[in-house]
Amino acid sequence: MTKPIIEMKNIEKHFGSVIALSGVSLDLVPGECHCLLGDNGAGKSTLIKTMSGVYKPTAGEIYFEGKPLDLKDPRDSISIGIATVYQDLAMIPLMSVTRNFFMGNEPVKKIAGISFFDHKTANEITMAKMREMGINLRSPDQAVGTLSGGERQTVAIARAVHFGAKVLILDEPTSALGVRQTSNVLATVDKVRNQGIGVVLITHNVRHAMAVGDRFTVLNRGQTLGTAKRGEISAEELQYMMAGGQELAQLESSLGSTV
Amino acid sequence: MTQSQQTKSVNDERVKQRSRFHQALIRPELGGIFGTILVFFFFFLTARDSGMFSPTGVMNWSIVSAQFIIIAVGACLLMIAGEFDLSVGSMIGFAGMSIALLSISMGLPIWLAIILTFILCMAVGALNGWLVIKTGLPSFIVTLAFLFILRGLTIFSAIATTKKTIIGGVRDAAEGDWLAPLFGGKVLAGLFTWMGENGWIETFSRGIKKGQPVIEGIPMLIIWAIVLIIFGHLLLTKTKFGNWIFASGGDARAASYVGVPVKRVKILMFMFTAFCACIFATAQVMEFGSAGADRGLLKEFEAIISVVIGGALLTGGYGSVIGAALGALIFGVVQQGLFFAGVESSLFRVFLGVILLLAVILNTYIRRMITGER
Repeated sequence: MTKPIIEMKNIEKHFGSVIALSGVSLDLVPGECHCLLGDNGAGKSTLIKTMSGVYKPTAGEIYFEGKPLDLKDPRDSISIGIATVYQDLAMIPLMSVTRNFFMGNEPVKKIAGISFFDHKTANEITMAKMREMGINLRSPDQAVGTLSGGERQTVAIARAVHFGAKVLILDEPTSALGVRQTSNVLATVDKVRNQGIGVVLITHNVRHAMAVGDRFTVLNRGQTLGTAKRGEISAEELQYMMAGGQELAQLESSLGSTV
Repeated sequence: MTQSQQTKSVNDERVKQRSRFHQALIRPELGGIFGTILVFFFFFLTARDSGMFSPTGVMNWSIVSAQFIIIAVGACLLMIAGEFDLSVGSMIGFAGMSIALLSISMGLPIWLAIILTFILCMAVGALNGWLVIKTGLPSFIVTLAFLFILRGLTIFSAIATTKKTIIGGVRDAAEGDWLAPLFGGKVLAGLFTWMGENGWIETFSRGIKKGQPVIEGIPMLIIWAIVLIIFGHLLLTKTKFGNWIFASGGDARAASYVGVPVKRVKILMFMFTAFCACIFATAQVMEFGSAGADRGLLKEFEAIISVVIGGALLTGGYGSVIGAALGALIFGVVQQGLFFAGVESSLFRVFLGVILLLAVILNTYIRRMITGER
């Protein structure tokens, strides 16, 4: 097995008297899709926010490419190649696709000593990258608001990859999407993984996880319930672990089908 | 034909191709362009014989429009960055009084008074921005507080030092100063004299100015307005920083997650708005030769209205400097035009309210079209 690109060891995070994470360990190797599963409040979001530098862990260590990592803010993580795509904060709807794509990383060209936004280059790169990802834009100045939810996620993923992400964290990319859009996003995840980028995919939908995941880690009440490889675990078992057993089983029998 | 088929097959079949009309409609300036044409057309029909379109008439509404443009450019960039500044009007009074007090009461040279005032005003702008960022309060509230604080300080400082609310004598003090003509001077005087000599524009027929053209030159106020439009437009649409302005107003959190320095952008825009207010104030003080504690009243609203007529969204993230400038032009032309047309001037406010309402409704509709909301 290749060496992990990012390793989180016994991460704890307390918010005042609330213990959000109590000793979670997770590692990610390049080119894998590691699914992080868990019900609401399990600590998934807290964990990825510590990974992307939004929160500082109360205890525990993070290693990036074998070296200890100390993130002060989200910018630090972006600069070393940890990119996060948030579900609803990925894109700004009123701005064009190009402006969104290069937001914070605008290409410039100098005219008479003044740096100007190089719209031509930016538009060309955007169109090319979007075509690679299977999205055909009417024009690069089309507003992101006209894209579907799945396309927006794809633009955000393409952006992260273009700017050299080694680790891509996707926060519930499929939770608000329809069936076809979901499969498009999952196909994008597969493309990205094949380029050797480590993907952390957060979801509470077991079927989406089973579709692309190489490894699965289940969180419950701030603790890891274990990590399993693809093929070692069935969807039912994952579902059971996520929901914490018993109660769901009772509910399922009363509903007469699987939730 | 083949091409249109190709694009059709490539696009999602449920996304309707937009007509050219719709595409043109989502340009933020469109309302402004349309309104400007309409306003000129209207006054050309109703006030053509009143002298509104004579050289002096044109100069009259151009100066008023230029004043609106100067504060509208600042308000426009700030609004696109997602914030408001309601203290612009008070800032104008404050800046004017500061120049007069520093030069007339304290005896500093005018150029130093102007420079110190610019620094002071931009510092207040930065404080506005810093408070908005630090407290997370809406800029509406923070700058509303400064509307009162600055106005109060202006009146107090004038009365406490000179026992007057209007301080005159600035024009005499500015005589021979190197910086003052940059705000109060006129350019291209030679061109107008030449045009007068050739009989292309009217000249005074009697009095001490006999033979001189009725227009001495283009006031620096108009030059400032043009420079600010060009600067603002280039900054917003053609630079990296412009993209950050859009991003900060569009969604501050999304922008900061990808590394846009949202706080810096917003504070700088508050400072730029203060800078614009200061230009307005300095030019006004130079023109009148005096500073008054009540100057600039309601200017903040006039600036915001110009920007909204120009197609910017009140919620930020969308707008255009050209549009704001056209909004200000409409504002100036109508205000002066009603006077030329002999219409009761109180109707100007009625017009203002109506056009503001129409602009906001149109903008909401445009935003829905861009974002595809229903």
